[in-house]
Amino acid sequence: MSTRCAAALNAALAEALERWDETLLLGEDLADPYGGAFRITRGLSTRFPDRVLSSPISEAALFGVSAGLALRGRRPVLEIMFGDFITLGLDQVINHIAKFREMYDEQVRVPLVVRTPMGGRRGYGPTHSQCLEKLLVGIPGLTVVAGSEYHDLHRLLLAAIASDDPVFFIENKLLYSRFQQRGRDGRLGPFLWEEGDSTYPTVQLRAADRCSVSVVTWGGMAHLARQAAEQLAIEHETMIEVLILSRLAPVDLTPLLASVRRTGALVVAEEGTLTGGVGAEIVARVQHEAFSSLRGPARRVAARDAVIPAARHLEDAVLPQVEDITDACLAAAAGTEH
Amino acid sequence: MDWRERVAAEGSRGDRTGHFEREFYRGIYLIRRLEETLLELFAAGRLSGTTHTCLGQEANAVAVAFHLTDADVVVSNHRCHGHYLARTGDLEGLLAEIRGLERGLCSGKGGSQHLCAPNFYTNGIQGGIVPLATGMALAEKQRGSGAIVTVFIGDGTLGQGVVYESFNIAALWAAPLLVVVEANGWAQSTPTPRAMAGSMRQRLEAFGLPCGMVEGTDALEIHRAAGAAVGQVRETGRPAGLIIRTQRLGPHSKGDDSRSPEELETLRERDPLPRLAASLDPEQRRAIEAECERRLAAALTATEGPL
Ligand SMILES: Cc1ncc(C[n+]2csc(CCOP(=O)(O)OP(=O)(O)O)c2C)c(N)n1
Repeated sequence: MSTRCAAALNAALAEALERWDETLLLGEDLADPYGGAFRITRGLSTRFPDRVLSSPISEAALFGVSAGLALRGRRPVLEIMFGDFITLGLDQVINHIAKFREMYDEQVRVPLVVRTPMGGRRGYGPTHSQCLEKLLVGIPGLTVVAGSEYHDLHRLLLAAIASDDPVFFIENKLLYSRFQQRGRDGRLGPFLWEEGDSTYPTVQLRAADRCSVSVVTWGGMAHLARQAAEQLAIEHETMIEVLILSRLAPVDLTPLLASVRRTGALVVAEEGTLTGGVGAEIVARVQHEAFSSLRGPARRVAARDAVIPAARHLEDAVLPQVEDITDACLAAAAGTEH
Repeated sequence: MDWRERVAAEGSRGDRTGHFEREFYRGIYLIRRLEETLLELFAAGRLSGTTHTCLGQEANAVAVAFHLTDADVVVSNHRCHGHYLARTGDLEGLLAEIRGLERGLCSGKGGSQHLCAPNFYTNGIQGGIVPLATGMALAEKQRGSGAIVTVFIGDGTLGQGVVYESFNIAALWAAPLLVVVEANGWAQSTPTPRAMAGSMRQRLEAFGLPCGMVEGTDALEIHRAAGAAVGQVRETGRPAGLIIRTQRLGPHSKGDDSRSPEELETLRERDPLPRLAASLDPEQRRAIEAECERRLAAALTATEGPL
């Protein structure tokens, strides 16, 4: 039976509330019948009325209140209605939540999960469409997870809630209505499928045994990368490996490095803006570790450094599309200097 | 043995005359001498980094700590040495932390304004600790521990928006939180009237936090007001405030005091310490002072590490 991603997340929250009395959900408009702006907490305030709290519109305080709860033995899961609003809480994240464990010399832990939807392609415009994970990945002490439909989202979110350290759990908005895509017996559709056995695994989709490009991506871009892989195979006879990360920080590039050593070419595809993006960090690390394996320069696919417009045709011109990935892969496969 | 225990012990021996005042004095005097010593160490180049001393404000810390139980939580700010000492009496751990030693509270990672000990937390971001304290109070309530959380802030910190978001949430969700505003009239170099519109008290009351107020600088008056405020939070299980009009007698940090000598002179007249001292038997007072000096000297010797 196939499960939609929204249902998988909802089930994970329900399971956490059932299993751990100290679990709490906080956020704006979480309570039933509304159940959250994207309906991910639907039904939960009815089942757990004391532990699912609809809050005032106070993101900065909510981060801090959640951290205070976590420091004193609760296990809060904070929903920030749109990822764009994390900016209101970044002082709490950078100067409090991510610091405490180390700054207080291991006397405390902060078992806090912040769930938030990010991403565009819904026409929500400049302040409700961004992918801001690059603001989070450089914060020591913070784990940043961005699942996709290719990951077991139920397991991923439950692992984040079970963690004794703060985890940002980014959910691309377009995931919610999609079905979970899980491989079986080493295959998923036309792809060879492989998933690491770590808590936050990297999923690999390989178009063939021998591929000429490694594409690394995460979150909402995984869907586009898979489409690109299908197009490249059918229309260009170019086979690629798609590596879908689930943890962006601290990032484990072991599977990617192995892939680059096989293919000799790297493309990083992210939905956030190009400059200072997560992709820049990945490229820097891969070239350091596997420079001699690369036939040509690594290539990056990302949003233009621009505001995300509301009108759909304008938004499409800013956000990275499938063609951007196929173009980058063809150039990378050729090993040309562009 | 912290000073609350001393009061209890001495009281139980039947010699109650002035014992409370003596122990209060001991608490204030020890903090005063530590803070003065820190400034001397800085001046002598024997400490690095920064520090914010609570010279003149010590009675607030001692008064509030007296009414708290060990299970209660204290959350404090950059000016936290007094709060910590009044709460724990742990002179050596504090000094070791400020001196950057492995045996400091946080092994030297936190330093002067980032302290942590059981049921005690401080951080150096103005206002950021108030939502934390609110969350902690909610956690204590959920766990049914009966503990309350006291958060200390300065009047300048009332400029931060997150403070009011926290007052609102604390009131809405009935957090057993006591907000103590140590209103010393200054924030670094800015006098409060240049930074605060309207009424300080109404800022708390607007969110439904009943707010006590201490205008005078009599240590026992501060003690009584703190008792009332702590009692209110404990009995109602809801947040309350206490504004203490106080005076910072030292620089904001190490050598940065932009106030005139005349103003400082006026402030010194409000210092609770000499008044409390005058109310004590001179011999007993000297004995207390000598004991504090011994403790301080011992802590200094014990923490004489590489600087
Ligand atoms: C967010 C933030 N802004 C500015 C500072 C720098 N700073 C440290 S203490 C201080 C003044 C605080 O004034 P107040 O709250 O009245 O406390 P006081 O220093 O008087 O005890 C300032 C501006 C800071 N630490 N954090």
